[in-house]
Amino acid sequence: MNLILFTFIVLLGFTSYYFGRKKAYTIQSTKKRLTALPQFYGYYLAIWCAIPAFIIFSLWAIFEPTIVKLLILSDYSNQGYLDDELNLLYEKSKALSRGQFTGEITPFIEASAEKYLSLRSIAQSSKVVIVLSAIIASVAYAYKRISSNSRTREPVEKFLNAVLFTASLAAILTTVGIVFSLIFQTIDFFKVIPLFDFVFGTHWYPAKAFVRDSSEALDPTMYSDTFGAVPIFAGTFFIAFIAMCVAIPIGLMSGIYLAEYASTKVRQYAKPLIEILAGIPTVVYGFFAALTVGPFLKELGTSMGLEVSAESALAAGGVMGIMIIPFISSLSDDVITSVPQSLRDGSYAMGATKSETIKRVIFPAALPGIVGSILLGVSRAIGETMIVVMASGLAANLTLNPLESTSTITAQIVVILIGDQAFGDPKTQAAFALGMSLFLVTLCLNIVALRVVKKYREKYE
Amino acid sequence: MNKNKEQLLNKRYKAEQRFRLYGLSAIFMALLFLTIFIFKIFSTGYSAFQKTWLIVPVTFDAELMMLDQNPSKEDLQDADYYDIALKSMADLDPNANEDQENELKRMVSYFFEKEIKNELLNDPNLIGKTKEVYLTASDDLDQVFKGNYPRDLPEDQRRVSDYQLKIFDQLVANGKVESKFNISFFTNADSREAELAGIASSFMGSIFSILVCLMIAFPVAVLAAIYLEEFAPKNRFTDFIEVNINNLAAVPSIVFGLLGLGVLLAIFQLPRSTPLVGGITLSLMTLPTIIIAARASLKAVPPSIREAALAMGASRMQTTMHHTVPLSMPGTLSGTIIGLAQALGETAPLILIGMVAFVNTIPGSPMDPAASLPVQIYIWAESAERGFVEKVSACIMVLLGFLIIMNLFAQIIRHKFEKKWS
Repeated sequence: MNLILFTFIVLLGFTSYYFGRKKAYTIQSTKKRLTALPQFYGYYLAIWCAIPAFIIFSLWAIFEPTIVKLLILSDYSNQGYLDDELNLLYEKSKALSRGQFTGEITPFIEASAEKYLSLRSIAQSSKVVIVLSAIIASVAYAYKRISSNSRTREPVEKFLNAVLFTASLAAILTTVGIVFSLIFQTIDFFKVIPLFDFVFGTHWYPAKAFVRDSSEALDPTMYSDTFGAVPIFAGTFFIAFIAMCVAIPIGLMSGIYLAEYASTKVRQYAKPLIEILAGIPTVVYGFFAALTVGPFLKELGTSMGLEVSAESALAAGGVMGIMIIPFISSLSDDVITSVPQSLRDGSYAMGATKSETIKRVIFPAALPGIVGSILLGVSRAIGETMIVVMASGLAANLTLNPLESTSTITAQIVVILIGDQAFGDPKTQAAFALGMSLFLVTLCLNIVALRVVKKYREKYE
Repeated sequence: MNKNKEQLLNKRYKAEQRFRLYGLSAIFMALLFLTIFIFKIFSTGYSAFQKTWLIVPVTFDAELMMLDQNPSKEDLQDADYYDIALKSMADLDPNANEDQENELKRMVSYFFEKEIKNELLNDPNLIGKTKEVYLTASDDLDQVFKGNYPRDLPEDQRRVSDYQLKIFDQLVANGKVESKFNISFFTNADSREAELAGIASSFMGSIFSILVCLMIAFPVAVLAAIYLEEFAPKNRFTDFIEVNINNLAAVPSIVFGLLGLGVLLAIFQLPRSTPLVGGITLSLMTLPTIIIAARASLKAVPPSIREAALAMGASRMQTTMHHTVPLSMPGTLSGTIIGLAQALGETAPLILIGMVAFVNTIPGSPMDPAASLPVQIYIWAESAERGFVEKVSACIMVLLGFLIIMNLFAQIIRHKFEKKWS
């Protein structure tokens, strides 16, 4: 139904465009000067067709469900139902009207379901009537304005400008959405668990906090010593550290080689090949780490008499490092290539060898950019999820032994939220609190890194 | 003194060579990882494209199937195939006792009844006759036949019994085991049984999510890029937007999953586990990537183009829409494809919005629950059965294939259509 109406409105839009342009031609044929190109007359009319439709559609989408719900539940007011029961009743009658209801059908629910259906059909038909009459009114108004040959290009362009501006707000809206989705759950979480326990507690057993009865949920003593995030934070930074130990030397050296030594031919092939590593989905790395690297390290360790867990931090961190190599190599490659040639020439002229020039002149000059790229790499390592979920352990161990298993922020979020979640349960809220800390940490890293790289670019541009 | 100098010089040259070697070996290491990686995936995955069939003689006994004389099509549909299916498996070893008959039954997939039924539906004249029917082998025997199964383990540590192996070896010796191209891997939905599991449902899930993502992210991102590059005044607010975009591009993907869960599912009440929600979440993630690519390619259009159009009396909007934007499209499109390729490989946010649910139907629209290819890889990788290992690798091969095609496509667009200025 909505789809048909929508198609019809789109068709109406095209027709109004056509009539607008035609009007422009008739005005032109009377030897009057047009104020804009004929198609602007068409756009003008089409926009006046689209705006009321859009406004009414969105108003309807926002208010219809609430109003229908109010009307249905008004039957049950003064009967001493609780809010939760009323909500349940409403959901039941909605499900029944769709034929998806499986429980016991009471006359109450049946009556509400019928009422629901009739209200919905009334709402639908009134929507059609209102939308169409609004469109007719606004198009008629616009047509009158066109006929008197008033300006059309300026309003059309202003409208387009507004559309462009709105689109550019999407990025801000997304950020707001992220903060919004995280902050309420996080605040609720810290109402039950003191911030101090979260930041300095050393025991993390969210499974213990699984609550079935919602009336028990508010007893804070139950959760003491379950949500201490220290092992999680430590594990996150530890695995990121292992990853950077792999990624920085390999990435930096290959970046330097590509920028300074490699012939054009080698560069042409080696650079995209290394960048393939960045394009491989992380879940594939996770599978590789869990199936190949983990067991390999375990066997290697056993042959050397070491006890290695099959899900060691080393396996996850090492594979994560491989994933980060291309980020560091291509960013540092860019940074090094943008160091001005005059610095190199100066150094060569003093008799320095190539490697001396790189180590003593180019590297210090490029250092801010390289630090920026490493920070971006760290931020990626901290936010990486699938490798850790699949290759490292899910139990939070507080350890600095790379051969044992540890867990990270991201892995814990997945462990908690996989499957069904009950909002309002501290366990679910804990995942959002972890998400919030992850967001804040990566935000700081990103902002610092981006600023450093930008400053550096400005210096040599 | 001179000797000292020479020594020093030699030392410096050696250091130079060493440094060069470090660089070369770093590149070599990176490429080595890539090679090992690809080799490992291919060597474990290629066998999943083959499927093992047992060729078993089936007697279509009308009495056992509870069929009357001259049965109609409906009768054939409703007939009882379980008994003849069981009997034909039990007949593989005439001396089998009851336990062994059960083991014989477990040599094929639980789908065997249906396979026999389809055989008869295709040719109703088979009633009363005996025909050799291809039955899907159980996943363990499939692995045995492909040589991936450790047969030398003690019997109590493997899922295939000695008895099953004995019968299986007899069948192999008689040429009654055959390996054919595994079509069902591409046409079946997910299944708990490795031998029946396919990627059709997750593949469709991926396609739907990517389409939703494209339809939202592309227009919004292009419009935003046009505004920021061509119209936006330089002030604090636009700087803020820019910082936002750059930062969003580096936010961990799982945070977008939390956004999808906390806003799209909890507040807007969109249906869980569907490609619709997955696509919206992914579109928020791809948005900054496309905006950055589109801005870069708008920036690459030389100002002379704009000045020429303005000089001819075009308005700024006309200049942008008629000249700048079309010229920037190749770069924007290739950036979009690369962004979509990233979204196609994304797993974590989809897990959070419930796209890991076990779905054994092929979704027909973005509103049906589905998995996606990377999530399917995760699901299969977490299952314990040996048969799933090769499936994971095969699924990875399909996914990588798609990513390679998309990236090639982006490259082609960039090189074929992008105008080189200067």
